[in-house]
Amino acid sequence: MPDSPAARGWSLLAQRRDDIIAGWTTEMATALAGRMTSGELERDARDMFDALSAAGAHEARGINDSAFAELRTLLSDVARTRARRGFTPTETAVSVFALKSAVLTVLQREADLSLYEFYAEFSRLVDDLGLFMLETYAQVRESVISEQADALLELSTPVVKLWDGIVSLPLVGTLDSARTQVVMEKLLQTLVETGSEHAIIDITGVSAVDTQVAQHLLKTVMAARLLGAECIISGIRPQIAQTVVALGIEFGDISTKATLADALLLALRRSGLDIVARPGQQ
Amino acid sequence: MDRIPILRIGDILLVSIQVDLQDQLAVTLQEDLAERIVTTGCSGVLLDISGLEIVDSFIGRMISTTAAVSRVLDAETVVVGMRPAVAITLVELGLSLDGVRTALDVDRGMALLQQARQADASESAQADG
Repeated sequence: MPDSPAARGWSLLAQRRDDIIAGWTTEMATALAGRMTSGELERDARDMFDALSAAGAHEARGINDSAFAELRTLLSDVARTRARRGFTPTETAVSVFALKSAVLTVLQREADLSLYEFYAEFSRLVDDLGLFMLETYAQVRESVISEQADALLELSTPVVKLWDGIVSLPLVGTLDSARTQVVMEKLLQTLVETGSEHAIIDITGVSAVDTQVAQHLLKTVMAARLLGAECIISGIRPQIAQTVVALGIEFGDISTKATLADALLLALRRSGLDIVARPGQQ
Repeated sequence: MDRIPILRIGDILLVSIQVDLQDQLAVTLQEDLAERIVTTGCSGVLLDISGLEIVDSFIGRMISTTAAVSRVLDAETVVVGMRPAVAITLVELGLSLDGVRTALDVDRGMALLQQARQADASESAQADG
């Protein structure tokens, strides 16, 4: 019969396994307010508890011990699913910290004061596990955010072919240096790949044009000229035209048009094409 | 020493840079090209830089001055096949190669020179008429 408080504590936990898991599950279910089924929670609780008691039986020191490897993997998985499902950090942390109150309830019923020594040790271990879980949670959230930022960058820069030798770049949102760089590279790449001589940069969706945005646009047009392609800027809204003039931005000899349709017509004319109405149709 | 070949096609000189353009090589090319324009009396120069991957401010300026020199000798220069990365670098360096004509590839550059020559011809015909 083991007699140290720690050993007695762990063996007690093993004996009262079902009670603790039930208590833990209830505790988690209350905190998550029905956003996960109790079946899922119970499975998580059971897996984590078994891994924890296995590690505890080995008298492992600290959560970086190799005995905790399985538990660490489990915690990472739980943190990952919680982060992907959009749970808050508190709701995620509760999954681990709820274990403490479940264990405390069981210990109180034993009426053995020496077990509190074990509880203090156990509590510190659970705190470490909770921190570890939160760290994973934060990492997952960060990677989700950076994935989304990348996706947004990709989505926001489509280069559309309008006609043979005419491509269009509809810009949406705000233009900062990083995005402009991506936009510029993509446009130039497309011009070279498709052998297009005309590009229409449509800024209908650009919320505001300041000197910096104008500078970016001018750079793009210059770079396209170096390749041997001509750019037309279209979709300039009345307010934007006023801002541009007020800021004293000079577009120089770059053609600007109010609508994409006008710009397309100009590009077609420049490539030697004309749009003609069929007789008797209009 | 390495030299960049200058090929004559009809009334046009074709310079295709397919190696890393060192500073000395660029200077030699400029001298050679001026020489060839004078001896052949060509009216157009196609500078194909599709093989050029790296440019610095010196090479950027060399392209500019080469075009300017040719123009003085009455030969129009068209820079063709510039890579996107090179274009971005030149713009960031503040070299927009003003006064240099550009085209996407050799074919289009040739067409551009042809057009320029026809425009010249019609202009002088008008002046005569």
